[in-house]
Amino acid sequence: MEFFRIHKTIPFMRHALVLNAISVITFLLAVFFLLHRGLHLSVEFTGGTVMEVAYSQSADVAKVRDVVGKLGYPDVQVQNFGTSRDVQIRLPASKGMSSAQQSAQVLEALKADDASVVLRGNEFVGPQVGEELTTNGLKALGMVVVGIMIYLAFRFEWKYALSTVLANLHDVVIILGFFAFFQWEFSLAVLAAVLAVLGYSVNESVVIFDRIRENFRRYRKMDTQEIIDNAITSTISRTIITHGSTQLVVLSMFFFGGPTLHYFALALTIGICFGIYSSAFVAAAIAMWLGVKREDLVKGPVKRDGDPDDPNAGAVV
Amino acid sequence: MNRYPVWKYTIIVIVLLLGLIYSLPNFFGEAPAVQVSAAKVTSKVDEATLARVDAALKGAGLVPDLLTRDATSIRARFKTPDEQLKAKDVLQHTLVPDPADPGYTVALNLLSRSPGWLTALHAYPMYLGLDLRGGVDFLLQVDMKGAIDKKAESFAGDLRTVLRDKGVRSSPISRNGQTLEVTFRDAASAETARGLIADQFTDLAATVVQDGADYKLTATIKPEAARRLQDAALKQNITTLHNRINELGVAEPVIQQQGIDRIVVQLPGVQDTAKAKDILGRTATLEMRLVDESAEGRAAMSGSGPVPFGAERFNDRAGRPVIVKKQVLATGENLTDAQAGFDSQKQEPNVSLTMDAKGGRVMRDTSRENIGKRMAIVLFEKGKGEAISVATINGELGTRFQISGAMGIVEANDLALLLRAGSLAAPMDIIQERTIGPSLGADNIKKGFDSVMYGFAAIMVFMCIYYALFGLFSSIALAVNLMLLVALLSLLQATLTLPGIAAMALAIGVAIDSNVLINERVREELRNGASPQAAIHAGYDRAWGTILDSNVTTLIAGVALLAFGSGPVRGFAVVHCIGIVTSMFSAVFFSRGLVNFWYGSKKKLKSISIGTVWRPATDAATPAVTK
Repeated sequence: MEFFRIHKTIPFMRHALVLNAISVITFLLAVFFLLHRGLHLSVEFTGGTVMEVAYSQSADVAKVRDVVGKLGYPDVQVQNFGTSRDVQIRLPASKGMSSAQQSAQVLEALKADDASVVLRGNEFVGPQVGEELTTNGLKALGMVVVGIMIYLAFRFEWKYALSTVLANLHDVVIILGFFAFFQWEFSLAVLAAVLAVLGYSVNESVVIFDRIRENFRRYRKMDTQEIIDNAITSTISRTIITHGSTQLVVLSMFFFGGPTLHYFALALTIGICFGIYSSAFVAAAIAMWLGVKREDLVKGPVKRDGDPDDPNAGAVV
Repeated sequence: MNRYPVWKYTIIVIVLLLGLIYSLPNFFGEAPAVQVSAAKVTSKVDEATLARVDAALKGAGLVPDLLTRDATSIRARFKTPDEQLKAKDVLQHTLVPDPADPGYTVALNLLSRSPGWLTALHAYPMYLGLDLRGGVDFLLQVDMKGAIDKKAESFAGDLRTVLRDKGVRSSPISRNGQTLEVTFRDAASAETARGLIADQFTDLAATVVQDGADYKLTATIKPEAARRLQDAALKQNITTLHNRINELGVAEPVIQQQGIDRIVVQLPGVQDTAKAKDILGRTATLEMRLVDESAEGRAAMSGSGPVPFGAERFNDRAGRPVIVKKQVLATGENLTDAQAGFDSQKQEPNVSLTMDAKGGRVMRDTSRENIGKRMAIVLFEKGKGEAISVATINGELGTRFQISGAMGIVEANDLALLLRAGSLAAPMDIIQERTIGPSLGADNIKKGFDSVMYGFAAIMVFMCIYYALFGLFSSIALAVNLMLLVALLSLLQATLTLPGIAAMALAIGVAIDSNVLINERVREELRNGASPQAAIHAGYDRAWGTILDSNVTTLIAGVALLAFGSGPVRGFAVVHCIGIVTSMFSAVFFSRGLVNFWYGSKKKLKSISIGTVWRPATDAATPAVTK
C-alpha cells in the first residue's frame, strides 16, 4: 500500500504569497482573539479553589450554580466535567477563609440540596504560585526557542534557524488563538503540550531543509524555488505519515483520556495539523524570502554530486 | 553488509532482559497489606517490633505472604482483604494497648505483589502519583525572612548578655530587620564590642561608625551564614513535618524540598484535609522542668504515694514514672539547637544543647542552685507529655551544655532529633493544596492506560498494513520502547502521574516517527532501483541523521520543560525525555537488529516485505497527486 503517488514536483512556492497571506491572517486573528478575549486560564495560574463533585444522577448545573451563588460567590463557574454526573466548581480565592472552609461550606450547601453529592477532588492554589507559573512558562518558551535556534544555526545556517522558529512560533500563537477563541481552559498540561509541539514540529522543517541542502548539491541547474518545491514534494509523504501516526495516539488520548487529557490532546492536535502546514509552507517560504542560496549551505570545494560519504551532507529522507 | 556482530546482539539481549526484569514488577498488581509505623517520635520500629508483629500474627493464625521491615515501617502482605482486616485488628490490639496514647500506627496499605526475587534485584513497580492513587497534596512556603529575623533576634539577646558580662556600657540593642544596631559612648567600648562580635559571633559582620558624639555599631548576618541558616531552617522544618505526619499513619508520605524555600507534602490515601492541615500546623512543645526530689516526690515515683501538690507525673521513654515540678524553666522556644556528638574525654556519646540568651540565663541561675539534682525535658505531643531525658545537673550550665551518660550513639541521635522536633525553625504557609478522591485516581489510571493501549494498537495495525513485515518489526520495536520506558521509570523510582502517562502515549507517537523515516527511506532506495540488501543498509544509514535531528529538537523542548516546569509539567517532562532516549535505542538499534536477523544472512535476497513500492510510470501526464 502506498498513499502518495506523486508523479512530478508540485509547485508549492508558486503559491507562497497566497499561503503566507493565509498564515498572516490566521496569525493576526489569533493575536486579536488573544488580546480581545484572553486565555481562559486554569486555577493553577489564577489561584483559587476548584472542587469536583459527583452526583448519583445527572446533575443540574444551573441549580448547582444557583446554590453556590447564594453563598456569596457571584462569579462562580460551574460546568460538567467528563460525564453529566460530574460537576466542576471553580471558586475565586476569598480573603479570611481557607480553601478547606470554602469547599466544606459549598459541599454542605450542595448536600442540603441533594444528599447524593460526593466530593471527588479539591484543589487550591495560592496567587503567588500562579504568577510564578506564568514567568516559568515564558522562560521555558524562551529557552526552547533559543535552544532550537542555536541548534539549527549550527546544523544549517541562521536563515533556516530564523525561518523555522518563526514558523513554529506562528503555530504556538495559533494554538493559543484557538484556546482564546473557544475559551477552552488553558492549564499546565496544555502549556506542556504547546512546548512539546514546538520541539516536535521543528523536526518537520529540519527534514525539509535537509532535503533542500541535498538538492542544492545534487541539482545544480535548478533555481532556489524549484529546489524548495522538489524538497517539499519528496518529503510530503513521510511528513503526513509520521504526523498521522502521532495523531493516532493523540486521538486515542482525546477519546479515551478523560477530561484531564482532553485539552492536552486538543492542543496537540491543532499543533500537529498546523505543524505540517507551517513547516512545509511557512518555514520554506520565509527561508525563500530571506534569500537562501546554494553558497550558504554548500561550502568549500565542490564535491561529487550526491556523494553519500560527504561529511557535510545532512540527513536525507 | 546487514549483519550485526555478536556483541551487538549481546547488548540487545542484555538490554531486553534488564528491561523485562525491571518493568515486570508493574504487572503483578497490588495486594492488601498492613503497615506498622511509629506514631510518635519516641517509638521505634526495629527487630524487636518485627518479632512482636510476627508473634502476634502467628498467635492469630495468620500467615502473611511477606513480612518486611525497612527504616521506618514494617509491612505484612496478605492474600485477601479479609486477612488484611483481621491482621490489622490483631496488630492494633497488640501494639496499641491504649488507643488514647498510640505508640504505633497500624494502617491499611497496598503492596506490590511482585515476587521476592524481583524485590531482591531492587526491581520495584513505578511509584504512582497522587492523581492516580488519590490523596492530599500540599505545597508549603517557608517564611525564610521570618527564620532569619528569629535568628537575628536570638543574636541580639546573646549579644546583650555578652556585653553585660564584659561590662561594656551601651544603649539597648535594637533590631532593624536583620540588622542589629547599638550605640556606645566612647570609641574604646565600640571597639571592644566589635572584637567580641568577631570572636564569638562568627555569623555576624560588624562595622563601627561615628555618629555625632556616639559610636554606632551595626552588625548584619553574613550572606553565607544567612544561606546556611535558611538551609538548616528548611531541613529542620522537613524533619518536624516528618515527625508530625507519622502521627497521621499515612502509608507512604512524600515530604520534599522544592526550590529554595518550599516543601511539598503528599499524603496518599488521606481524604481529610482539615485534619492533615491541623497536624501540619501544630507545634509540639518542649519543656524543661526540675524533678521533684522531695520525700513525697520520691514516694510518688516509686508508686507508694500520691503525686505531691505542685508536681506532675510523666513517664520516661522506658515507661517508668517521673515526678516533675509544675514550674517550667524553659521551653522549646528557648532551645535553638540540639546536636548529637561525642565526648572525647569521657569516651561517650552526648547531646549538645544550645539555648538562646534568655534560656541560658535561666539555666545558669537554676543550675547553680540545684547542682546534684535532676532536670527533666518533657516533650508534649497531642497534649500528652513524655520525659524524653532525665539527667543530673553536674555543674553550672550556660547557653551551651551537654547531656551525657548511659546512652549509645543511636540514643543520642534520637534525643537530639526529639529535642529539635519540638519546634519549627521558620513559619510556613500552605500556598497550594489538592485533594484527589480515590475513585478519581482509579478513573485516571484507567483512562490513561486506555489511551496508551488504543493509541498503541492503532499504530500497530496501521504499520503492519502499510509496511508489512517491516511494519511488524517497527511495532515490536515500539513495544520494546514502551517496555524500556517503563523499566527506566521503575528503576529511577520516578513518580508516574497522569501527564506522565500522556507523555508515554506521546512517546509512542514520536518513536514511530523514526521507524516511518527508516521505512520510507528504504522504499525510496528500492524505488530508485537499489538491491534489497543495499536498500536496507542505505535506508537505515541515511535516516539516522534526520532521526537524530528530530530527537534533539524534541529533547530541547523536553529539557526546557524539566528545567522550568513544576508539578504536573515536570511529571510530563521526565517521561517525555526518557521516552526520546529509549526510542533512539529501540527504533534504530533494536529494529535494525531485527531486520538484520531476519534478512541479513540471506545472500540472494530478491525482495523484502515492506508493502507496495510504487514506481512512477514513465509518462508523467497523470494528475500530480493521486491516492
